[in-house]
Amino acid sequence: MTNSVASVPDLSQEEIRRYSRHLIMPEVGMDGQKRLKASSVLCIGAGGLGSPAAMYLAAAGVGRIGIVDFDVVDYSNLQRQLLHGTPDVGRSKLASAKDRLKALNPHVEVDTYETSLSSDNALKLFEPYDVILDGTDNFPTRYLVNDACVLSGKPNAYGSIFRFEGQASVFATKGGPCYRCLYPEPPPPGLVPSCAEGGVLGVLPGIIGVIQATETIKLMLGIGEPLIGRFLIYDALKMRFRELKLRRDPECPVCGDHPTVTKLIDYEQFCGMRPEPPAQQVAASANQWETTSVELKRRLDAGEKVFILDVREPNEYQINRIPGSTLIPLGELPRRYQEIDRDQEIVALCKMGGRSAKATDFLRSVGFTRVKNLRGGILDWVDKVDPSQPKY
Amino acid sequence: MPNTIHIPTPLRPFTDKKESVEVSGNTVGELLADLTTRHEGLKRHLYADDGKLRNFVNVYLNDEDIRYLQREKTPVKAGDSLSIVPSVAGGVR
Repeated sequence: MTNSVASVPDLSQEEIRRYSRHLIMPEVGMDGQKRLKASSVLCIGAGGLGSPAAMYLAAAGVGRIGIVDFDVVDYSNLQRQLLHGTPDVGRSKLASAKDRLKALNPHVEVDTYETSLSSDNALKLFEPYDVILDGTDNFPTRYLVNDACVLSGKPNAYGSIFRFEGQASVFATKGGPCYRCLYPEPPPPGLVPSCAEGGVLGVLPGIIGVIQATETIKLMLGIGEPLIGRFLIYDALKMRFRELKLRRDPECPVCGDHPTVTKLIDYEQFCGMRPEPPAQQVAASANQWETTSVELKRRLDAGEKVFILDVREPNEYQINRIPGSTLIPLGELPRRYQEIDRDQEIVALCKMGGRSAKATDFLRSVGFTRVKNLRGGILDWVDKVDPSQPKY
Repeated sequence: MPNTIHIPTPLRPFTDKKESVEVSGNTVGELLADLTTRHEGLKRHLYADDGKLRNFVNVYLNDEDIRYLQREKTPVKAGDSLSIVPSVAGGVR
């Protein structure tokens, strides 16, 4: 970062007292603290990663913190998203985050952007900030943040979490690798479960988000060895960090020597989220390969025989289930599918419909013909058919 | 001479929840082939239909990306470990 420290007003007496533990370290000192005050970061997401990152960055005295989010605080967020408390459930995450950050440090400016990051707004949103902190939860936005960082020349303090495992790196610095150098293409939708499906240990984003904040501060101060060209993998169960080497790929479509991506693209399409078949075809295939909670309930009530296959994990099945369903977790299906009578009609379900779509694809690939996916999964069943059961 | 392959969390449902698997072979490709023989369900997650490693699955020999070595032909020696590093998107919700 090359902010001119001279252009920053001196720290007030109150600020000097607040930042005294920084000021007495020569690596930060008065100049460094003023540099932090002159610096800015844009957090994409005020969730699991954004919470600890933004809180520590605010406490450390980063002058301006922007947050992009459009979500509302939900009870299921509170296990890990410390920006938000129980009284905030139902509020916008931005309002809750701003209150929390301002309470931590009123000297920090907090900019909020109630929008979803898109190819249309990303470059404009990034423009006023020095560092981008990626705490998003889906592949299209990951690629969008990466490409926008490369195109605008802003470093990306990257973090990602899944269950007990986290990843962190710094992408898109001058001469350093970007996310696409590591993963040129996204996995097809559904192959990698999301946190909502796979779960996440509540303290894990604390570790990874604070690593992102640490790297952000190092970049702003220009000290230490940033996590550039290194990919950090953290395993909470083993309490072990591993480090892998990353290189800028000269063939990278965005940051390579001859880039082919020179402006932001349609990332939903890039990640295969929008196959866009004609509407008629959608309706037909939905009838053929999908069913709904209401329809399933109607048929069960009419006494029709349907084999209900739940492909979630046993601990999810403990929370809620369709009476009479059979549990075979998706991972066990390849070696257990012969337990299922292929002549009867099968309806597969999971939490929201992603894993069961994979299960139906798999069953069809091994010769089952009467398999349908329950659209919206058990959550839809609880909403529409049996609200007495808990949701998760 | 057995080598260890680290299995990332998203793929552990396919290895009986094991976080690492002992395999043997002389090259990276042979180790991966041994892995998918022991755990059949992994195959479609690692390989495309044409038999090539899927390009969103990164394989590291110790701390080095096999794309910058000799890919699946990279020789391995005793004590080397492989890591499969898939892309993970989680963060906000």
